[in-house]
Amino acid sequence: MAIAVVLVLLVVGSVIFHFMSPWWFTPIASNWGTMDDTVILTFWVTGIVFVVVNLFLAWSVMRYRHRKGQKADYEPENKKLEWWLTGITTVGVAAMLAPGLFVWGKFVVVPKEATIVEAVGQQWHWSFRLPGQNGELGFTDESLITPDNPFGVDPADPNGLDDILIASPELHLPIGKPVKVLLRSKDVLHNFTVTQFRVKMDIVPGMITYLWLTPTVIGEYELMCEELCGLAHFAMRGRVVVDSQEAYDTWLTSQSTFSQTQALAAADPAAGATQYAVCMACHGPAGEGNQALNAPRIAGQSAWYLQRQLNNFRAGVRGAHEQDTFGAQMRAFAAMLPDDTAIRNVAAHIASLPGSMAQSTVTGDVNRGKTLYSNCVACHGASAQGIWALNAPRLAQMSDWYLERQLNNFRSGIRGAHRQDYYGRQMAFMADVLADERAIDDLISYINTLKPEDNQVLASRRGF
Amino acid sequence: MSNTVIFTALASGVIVWFLIASRLTAKSWESQDEKGDVGAIHTAPERIGLWIFMAVVTSLFSLFISAYAMRMHVGAWCHITIPNILWVNSLVLVAASIAMQRARWAADHGSRSGARAALVMGGMLSVAFLAGQLVAWQQVGPSVYFISGSPAIAFFYVLSAAHGLHLIGGLWVLGRTVSRFAAGAELVDLRLSLQLCSVYWHFLLLVWLVVFGVLLYL
Amino acid sequence: MAYVAIADRDAPIHDPHTFFLKYIWSQDHKVIAIQYAIVAISVGLVALVLSGLMRLQLGFPGTFHFIEPQDYYQFITMHGMIMVIYLLTALFLGGFGNYLIPLMCGARDMVFPYMNMLSFWVYLLAVLVLMASFFVPGGPTGAGWTLYPPQAITQGTPGAGLGIILMLISLGIFIVAFTMGGLNYVTTVLQARCRGMTLMRMPLSVWGIFMATILGLLAFPALLVSAVMMTLDSTLGTSFFMPAVMSLGEKLGHNGGSPLLFQHLFWFFGHPEVYIVALPAFGIVSDLLSTHARKNIFGYRMMVWAIIAIGGLSFVVWAHHMYVSGMNPYFGFFFATTTLIIAIPTAIKVYNWVLTLWKGDIHLTVPMMFAIGFIFTFIHGGLTGLFLGNVTVDLPLSDTYFVVAHFHMVMGVSPILVVFGAIYHWFPKITGRMWNQKLGMVHFWMTFLGTYAIYLPMHYLGILGVPRRYYALGNTDFIPDSVHSINAAITISALIVAAAQLVFLFNMIMSLRKGEKAPPNPWRATTLEWQTPDTPPKHGNWGPKLPVVHRWAYDYSVPGAKEDFIPQNEPVDPKLGAGRDHGTHR
Repeated sequence: MAIAVVLVLLVVGSVIFHFMSPWWFTPIASNWGTMDDTVILTFWVTGIVFVVVNLFLAWSVMRYRHRKGQKADYEPENKKLEWWLTGITTVGVAAMLAPGLFVWGKFVVVPKEATIVEAVGQQWHWSFRLPGQNGELGFTDESLITPDNPFGVDPADPNGLDDILIASPELHLPIGKPVKVLLRSKDVLHNFTVTQFRVKMDIVPGMITYLWLTPTVIGEYELMCEELCGLAHFAMRGRVVVDSQEAYDTWLTSQSTFSQTQALAAADPAAGATQYAVCMACHGPAGEGNQALNAPRIAGQSAWYLQRQLNNFRAGVRGAHEQDTFGAQMRAFAAMLPDDTAIRNVAAHIASLPGSMAQSTVTGDVNRGKTLYSNCVACHGASAQGIWALNAPRLAQMSDWYLERQLNNFRSGIRGAHRQDYYGRQMAFMADVLADERAIDDLISYINTLKPEDNQVLASRRGF
Repeated sequence: MSNTVIFTALASGVIVWFLIASRLTAKSWESQDEKGDVGAIHTAPERIGLWIFMAVVTSLFSLFISAYAMRMHVGAWCHITIPNILWVNSLVLVAASIAMQRARWAADHGSRSGARAALVMGGMLSVAFLAGQLVAWQQVGPSVYFISGSPAIAFFYVLSAAHGLHLIGGLWVLGRTVSRFAAGAELVDLRLSLQLCSVYWHFLLLVWLVVFGVLLYL
Repeated sequence: MAYVAIADRDAPIHDPHTFFLKYIWSQDHKVIAIQYAIVAISVGLVALVLSGLMRLQLGFPGTFHFIEPQDYYQFITMHGMIMVIYLLTALFLGGFGNYLIPLMCGARDMVFPYMNMLSFWVYLLAVLVLMASFFVPGGPTGAGWTLYPPQAITQGTPGAGLGIILMLISLGIFIVAFTMGGLNYVTTVLQARCRGMTLMRMPLSVWGIFMATILGLLAFPALLVSAVMMTLDSTLGTSFFMPAVMSLGEKLGHNGGSPLLFQHLFWFFGHPEVYIVALPAFGIVSDLLSTHARKNIFGYRMMVWAIIAIGGLSFVVWAHHMYVSGMNPYFGFFFATTTLIIAIPTAIKVYNWVLTLWKGDIHLTVPMMFAIGFIFTFIHGGLTGLFLGNVTVDLPLSDTYFVVAHFHMVMGVSPILVVFGAIYHWFPKITGRMWNQKLGMVHFWMTFLGTYAIYLPMHYLGILGVPRRYYALGNTDFIPDSVHSINAAITISALIVAAAQLVFLFNMIMSLRKGEKAPPNPWRATTLEWQTPDTPPKHGNWGPKLPVVHRWAYDYSVPGAKEDFIPQNEPVDPKLGAGRDHGTHR
């Protein structure tokens, strides 16, 4: 008896929940409104079946529950009824399948006028490549990937020279233009999902997959990986920005092509040495750092990482948070570097400084720290030497008080919260894993025990 | 996957045929007599068990071969040079199969010693086949490097190892039968074992020939 | 020639006398069934605890710091694999299959009892190897239960070293165990039915288990093939599934392998696996409904045909798990069509269950409550399957919580409700004791309502786009705070459901020790297992003489009969005999 009432309540409750649910499709931002329509059509068909069958079930339980003297009917089968039900079900199934296949037919065939964008997935970052004037992407090969050629574009392929490379995980698309997104992975499976676009597709190493769409609403959208890709899967985020044509063109012209990145003169550490004079006051002549001045050790840190941080300071991506007093200080100094070349030179100089191992100031439980470090090892490396390919800087033998402060900053949103600080955002995700001050101390005290081999450090500094 | 789908379609076909033969349209609520025949196949359960097991093994190998065919079209594939000894091995396995069949015939004609001799012969030929396979392994690649170097060679190792393991399983049963001979079991009691052994050997011969054909021609 | 059932052959039945041979190294199918069930339920409890831990993280991110990302991914992986393979498959086939097939078919035992015993011990070994992976350096694999390469075997995934190897080895061992058991189940059904037990007189439980076993025998080799090849990729550096990839900045030596090949093999096993779990549940629930509604199962023939049709079709739908995998998108047309076709026989089964209750005499016993609960959850889970099976509709929903909700409704909650119903139903026969009715009801309500509270909102989170397999959602523009609140609520429901299982365990253990003595046929059921001379049945099941079957398994409320059920082995009453009105409409 109670079960019949509960079944009715569940049916009514589910229907109410359906219509009242605060969780529903995000506002669509692509041409795939028809996909939403198929979902809604399926909701109607299945919803009617759900209500009818369950109410009939509830009614049967109520009406035919055992009472004294009641006897069940004897009816082994009823062919007519069974065939009717089969027929109606078939019609319902066909009514859902046909529109679905029709829309899928549109998805399978990419319109001829679609432009091409390549999205590259790697553990746990996004980057993008657009064809240049000739509209064709150059050939790529995993074996060509180096720090100077992170996309593995084949320099021998003329089509690749004018390819536009976007190393940061933010892709811009012009509104109203169909775009075919080619998907390539450097390591494991990933998935390209922008919820507001509805379409998604896995990225499979060893092959190129694709999807296509036409963005229809200007805005910024979260790009997520939706195929489990390892430890930091949940932190593999990017952004797709749909621009007006003018804004898109402006953005596009500010990006550099493959040949431009290849033509960049090698950084000049000697020139950087002059620039370094400004840094020396705080960070020390050998880049050894000075805790009293809140300046961390920078010697031995990788050039690519120093460059990124200097750029971030300069652009206000880092150090702009009101509570980041030391960052604000650094912003002022970073602003003294006139241009990219200066930044590259000074970073190269710093990376070449011998430096000495920083004093350890943090004490904690090394064994517990070792367990905690298993969350860090994938990116920062077994000896915390830093891994260029994962955008992870060196931690070992760097100033431990500084690591502590930064971990706290990440956890409290002082660092990594800026919308343009993509890599910082990822670190903020991971820093949340640490429970409290003690966990941080334990972790850092373990990092203090790590001694990367010289060749590891060199590899990391050179960017391998 | 298409050959696996074809295999499962065939297997389903056999199942459906069997079920139809078992009068699956019967309105069983209408008759309440005590039926003598329940539609069971009048044979030893061991024979049924073996046939089902062979269906499982067929599924296994057809999946391996499906994987081979799919992998072949993907990339970094170079064909394997078939060592000549595989031709010899194949002949040895054919001979083993013939020997098993002779053992069965001998048992049918009541020749205990003939059955036993042929059975032992079949076993020895099978061991010779396995030894030959090991030689072929050596010839294909003397080191692990060759396994990782070429997927075709890796498939050769996997397929021949899987086949060899099934043959070793058969040899274990064969060994038990031989020891029952030694213990003086009646020939009548051994006939079923001999029949099943011969069926299994023919089956493994067929599997090997298909695998060999795949390695040669695909 | 008079037919002599296999089980009645002259060979003396194995009849041990020592405790060890009787209860440990036993060849009795009933003991083996109980052994299977105990191990499966124990390992299932481990998986239940894992799910509780993962829900703690999802419901209250940042609160339980001992759950780190690697732990979380290991929990979800082990939870999924244990529940699907080591609990549900083992319990339905090794547990219920072992117990019910010989008893329901009127046999004395399985046809190969020794192999049957080995099957259990090999299964136990598989479980132990799996559990061992919790204690190796790096822990168990965290690659997700689908174990997709490359990430399953590359650094950057928890347990990419020993963990995944032990998982693959354990699966291989499990498949050996399953094959040994499966050969038994199929051969026993084919060969050892007692006199009069035609295929179309078999209870649907046997049909479901029989078909599921055939699916398992043909599908598990696909998992074995993929496990073998992945082990080689991982240990010897072959390139079956591994293309040229980087791993944490270093180039690996593989070249040219295909991750999609693994996915095809995995799902060629994985989809039939859904039905390996579902078909026994379908069969058992049919018998529960019929018995407790005192009415024959409606459309028995259609039910049998549907089981066969679902079994056959389940081999040509596997790629519906791969619509967004990057496979040739044109496959989508074929697989969407086959997938939606499979909905038709499934729907017929649902209609027939409901129509069995219609005009019945419904006794709302605990097994019946679970059966009704199953119908509700299965309708829900089956209908959401129509979303995900239809390629276009799947696109926005795949890899979101909608998928999680769907497969838990259809493959988690529904079969588990049947498992509970079945345990309550057969417990009196298995142990000879009754359980506590009130506690059974408490267990039902908490489980049924609790699981619905867990999974209903998850569908809507999926429509919003909340991705599955995320350790933490963090601040994401399109995810409002309400998602975090509902996640916390879901976690609380999950913990309540988990606690409800303690009620169940308590009830079972207490009833085993102090329960009322059960009559031989408390539900007044028709099928043979209730007609044994002893309760619980002794070794050999039937005493000196095998039963003889005279009728189908569903003679409930036959017009003119004295009682509202006629056991299958009751001889024909000439008065009722041929002339009775069957009430069939033609």
